[in-house]
Amino acid sequence: MAAPWKEIVNKIDDYRWEIPKSYKQGMIVPGLIFTSESMLTHIWEEQVFQQVANVAFLPGIVGRSLAMPDIHWGYGFPIGGVAATRIQDGVVSPGGVGFDINCGVRLLRTNLIEEEVRPELEKLIDALFVNIPSGLGSTGKIRVSESELDKVLAKGSQWAVEKGYGEAEDIVVSEESGCMKGANPDKVSSKAKKRGIPQLGTLGSGNHFIEVEVVEEIYDRDAAMAMGINDVGQVLVLIHTGSRGFGHEVCGDYIRVLGEAVRKYGINLPDRQLACAPVKSPEGQDYLAAMACAANYAWANRQCIAHWVRESFIKVLGKSRRELGLEQIYDVAHNIAKIEEHTVNGKKQTLCVHRKGATRAFPAGHPDIPEIYKNIGQPVFIPGDMGRYSYIAVGTDIAMQETFGSTCHGAGRIQSRSAAKRSLRGADIAQALAARGITVRAGSMGSLAEEASEAYKDVSEVVEVTHKAGISLKVAKAVPIGVTKG
Amino acid sequence: MEKGFEIIDHTADVGIAAYGADMKQAFANAATGLFSLITELDDVQEALYRDIEVTATDKESLLVEWLNELIYQFDTENIILRRFDITELNNTRLRARSYGEKVDSSRHELKTGVKAATYHLLKVDKDDGYRVQVIVDI
Repeated sequence: MAAPWKEIVNKIDDYRWEIPKSYKQGMIVPGLIFTSESMLTHIWEEQVFQQVANVAFLPGIVGRSLAMPDIHWGYGFPIGGVAATRIQDGVVSPGGVGFDINCGVRLLRTNLIEEEVRPELEKLIDALFVNIPSGLGSTGKIRVSESELDKVLAKGSQWAVEKGYGEAEDIVVSEESGCMKGANPDKVSSKAKKRGIPQLGTLGSGNHFIEVEVVEEIYDRDAAMAMGINDVGQVLVLIHTGSRGFGHEVCGDYIRVLGEAVRKYGINLPDRQLACAPVKSPEGQDYLAAMACAANYAWANRQCIAHWVRESFIKVLGKSRRELGLEQIYDVAHNIAKIEEHTVNGKKQTLCVHRKGATRAFPAGHPDIPEIYKNIGQPVFIPGDMGRYSYIAVGTDIAMQETFGSTCHGAGRIQSRSAAKRSLRGADIAQALAARGITVRAGSMGSLAEEASEAYKDVSEVVEVTHKAGISLKVAKAVPIGVTKG
Repeated sequence: MEKGFEIIDHTADVGIAAYGADMKQAFANAATGLFSLITELDDVQEALYRDIEVTATDKESLLVEWLNELIYQFDTENIILRRFDITELNNTRLRARSYGEKVDSSRHELKTGVKAATYHLLKVDKDDGYRVQVIVDI
């Protein structure tokens, strides 16, 4: 019998599979999944196709409802989904961003090679685990008042740098310079602020982590050099976290508001979690102003954490910041909605680009990327699971033409968290990782089992698709040697 | 008595299906299901209570609002709740007194963080009794 997905999708080429509008009555545009035949067979879940199709209902959507190869079944939008809507007559949907607004990754380079870190690795991972509050119910070392929090929400990374967490150079190499414009703290509920105050400067739980990794392979030497990645064996540090309870509350608040707006504006939706409002409506504008606050909270959060990562390295390795390097390569968001200019059908348009579990991937020469990356394209970081490897890539012109300048964001789940927990034990995983030279500190053994390699697709297959399709190009691969998790 | 709820698998997240002879019982069982994801409830004592009131436009939204309010209590006050006495419930309003205690790391192992309850696959169904279903983002 033919695979069930063969009845649904049209193959465009080896890496592009279209879901035609005829799949579901009400789709305004077709869907397009970037994937390979073997992954389609492997990841087949009818719900994922349904979700790509549901997103195609959003008023004002242009091009196609897109899915990156790390796509998996989410709520409302699929995870790995990208959708662009016209700001003139289209909608913005908090479900197209998700609860963890501006969940993202920041990568630091070092002057260190693996041999210099190995002897101190246990101490280093312990120091990271102690210095950076993580885990469920953890509170930060930073105490801010509500009026001070408003400054965090308005300024993002800049606030953290002004308070002594990190350096002005970090801001230059961050998406949006670590501060999204249009943030208005008055559009944020006091409940969100109450959740946000104690959690500023915390890693959180779930799939958030800090990873010390070693460059294993370089594919594009010029691009790697531009990022300060000189050779195989070099040590990097990857930070993955977001806007914590603050972002969750903002998203929840606005799904409620926009759920009512759906009725008010008479919008037809197949899933309530896709709640949305016209971009130009008061409800839509309020959401964007509150979302920008959450994005800035997340940038301030990663900025503080990067500072404590540097402190931990300095303390354990007994070298100065300058000797160690520890410069920031870049910081990217992978849950966000942005107002951007794109060319659709030969016409320049202003669009609201939703990226939910997708990374912006702007090409060389784009005005929104830092000067030092002008010739190579915007850096993109694609973490795998903690036992395998992660990739560094750059954005491309093809991404600009086909995916509104977007690519994948990670490996993508294939096993539910509870299934992973049932079949695997945290303690065994820590032991197996240790046997392969990876030191892990986790707040909870259960959370370790949830994030085991077996629960994810192999990120190399995901990255191969984005590379071959040309929506981002591989620069380097790194393997973990130490991980801290909540 | 049979278990009042079950946990449903979902690739990235997790679902709760809860049952009850009436809607109050089903909503209370959904709340128990929620906190059972966070920690072992057998180890939780009833040392304090919180009075909660939520309103919504329909019974499905009310379930989401109810669970999100409980997540908020946990996230801001570090409180684990285990027993829910719902005193008033119609399609748009819920009042409840919920009992539990503050997290004590020497007695409670926290398992999973819950970000929010979602509207995806949300159901409040009445047949013989009530069955409610909600997907939570973890």
